[in-house]
Amino acid sequence: MDWINVLIQGILLGGLYALFAAGLSLIFGVMRLVNIAHGDLMVGAAYLGLTTCATLGVTPLVSLLLVVPAMAGIGYALQRVVLNRVMGEDILPPLLVTFGLSVILQNTLLLGYSADPQKLSTKVLDTASVAVGPFNLGWLPVLTFAVAVALIWALQWMFYRTALGRAFRATSDNQDIAQLMGLNRAHVFGLAMALALAVTAVAGIFLGMRTAFDPSVGGTRLIFGFEAVIIGGLGNLWGTLAGGILLGVAQAVGSKIDPGWQVLAGHVVFLAILAVRPKGFFPRIEA
Amino acid sequence: MSDMTKHAALRPMRPAGLSVSRASRASTITMVLCVVIVLGLVAAPWWAGRADLRLMGEMFLYLSLAVLWNLLAGYAGLVSVGQQAFVGFGGYMLFALTMLWGVPPLAAIALSGVIGAVVAMPVAALIFRLRGAYFAIGTWVVAEVFRLVAAQIGALGGGSGTSLSPQIVKALADGRAAREALTFWLALTLAVGVIAAVFWLLRSRHGLALTAIRDNELASKSLGIDIWRTKFLTYVVVGGLTTLTGSLIFLQKIRISPEAAFSANDWTAFVIFIVVIGGIGTLEGPILGTLIFFALRETLADLGTIYLIILGVLAIAIMVRAPRGLWGLVSEKTGVDLFPLSRRVRGLDR
Repeated sequence: MDWINVLIQGILLGGLYALFAAGLSLIFGVMRLVNIAHGDLMVGAAYLGLTTCATLGVTPLVSLLLVVPAMAGIGYALQRVVLNRVMGEDILPPLLVTFGLSVILQNTLLLGYSADPQKLSTKVLDTASVAVGPFNLGWLPVLTFAVAVALIWALQWMFYRTALGRAFRATSDNQDIAQLMGLNRAHVFGLAMALALAVTAVAGIFLGMRTAFDPSVGGTRLIFGFEAVIIGGLGNLWGTLAGGILLGVAQAVGSKIDPGWQVLAGHVVFLAILAVRPKGFFPRIEA
Repeated sequence: MSDMTKHAALRPMRPAGLSVSRASRASTITMVLCVVIVLGLVAAPWWAGRADLRLMGEMFLYLSLAVLWNLLAGYAGLVSVGQQAFVGFGGYMLFALTMLWGVPPLAAIALSGVIGAVVAMPVAALIFRLRGAYFAIGTWVVAEVFRLVAAQIGALGGGSGTSLSPQIVKALADGRAAREALTFWLALTLAVGVIAAVFWLLRSRHGLALTAIRDNELASKSLGIDIWRTKFLTYVVVGGLTTLTGSLIFLQKIRISPEAAFSANDWTAFVIFIVVIGGIGTLEGPILGTLIFFALRETLADLGTIYLIILGVLAIAIMVRAPRGLWGLVSEKTGVDLFPLSRRVRGLDR
């Protein structure tokens, strides 16, 4: 019974990791960009939520109404002003620019908020749980998982049913031909980054509600998201959810055996999957 | 034999007065200057103060890390953000070999380099499955695994780390001055050795393949270069030498902990800044970058986090404006190569 409980908690944790991964997956799918600052942007969104909650006296979930558009705006500006200048065949410049961005962001947050751990307090949601049969499920993990599923469903719908999604897919397939067909690549990239950071904002707020965070935790969160993407297979958002769940379960099982092994167990499972199934379980695009 | 006949066949085609060579006046002067500077540095324990000696030792260690990372990212196209895995591994190997198994310190340093290269092989085989930018994050995962495993080793202090025992430190040399001189010389030897090794490598067949991969991976593949093997060899050599550097770093520090040994900031972020600012994909770049980095650090380090923000902004500005770094700007304007690496036709302007 204990182990089934571990499994369920792991699956719910996987929802959070899928949230971490969705934005990463989205921008890689559209413009083959890997954003090293992704984790730090997530933490940045959590801090933005913290400030919003503190100044307006609203709950973290309500702060999403402000944080999501703010992050989307930052994303669009970031892409148009900085990243578009280094996009091209060579992956080195964008990679190093996002790396620099990560260092800037981390230290700016350190400067503004200090290294003290913070948490987005939700009052009721923090401790509320629901009994399902013999298991006690926290409302927050369940809500996180539900939001992850809904978000991925919405992204899929956007990708395959809307004009914007068509523009994303066209640019992803062939940038030059998309440009010839009248799409403004710079603008499409900007929109993709805006959308990715909107998703990142949601991920950041849920991260902040779930655990304590400080300016230095972005790196590990990026790695969790990245592992979920690779396990699931590139370019497949439902695969990313599956990857997140597998990672969450691996970590839950690891921490059940020994609390010190939680993160390590996740990494080991990731490396094992890389060894036997380098393309992940449900790949849709070639890297 | 076939090379000779080819040359014989080509020679008459070449117009009189033209020749191809790697050396230029600038490179010859540089090589002579290098010898003079290195000789001067060898004598540093007699003319420099303790603090300066320590600072220079640290510079040499960073210089080696930068030259190695540049070989990896700038030439082989393997952008790693996880080289701290090898730095930390080197540190832990030094501590484990000397404290747990009684190996003399100098032998332990050399041995750690070899072990580092051996460990780099399975790591490469695994993470080479990730392409391009995802490779970068894969290297980071490996570094995290190394860090988490190191924190589990109780014999070396687990998560809180340990110090090198006094007997081992004393076994290195008699007296503090002699020890400090020795660690300085070791760092200097390493930096000169690494630059010489990379220089020699780049002038070899292997280096030609690497330079071709740097310029265009697809074209070099179609010319018959075994890309996987070339990259694998580069990764393993860099892994071994980075491990060696790591063991020297922690010989200087005397104390080790998982956080310090596998610090992404100290052993990767700073190194990347050095190379990016100096000029990626050149041998001169990391040297120039190290000088600039330490000049900035010595003047701005009091600013703490702001200093790091400045470094980040500087790196981004350079990547956007001058992707070949400051050395790239210099050599573009003047056409000077300090190291005789690229071939040029002489006598055209006559």
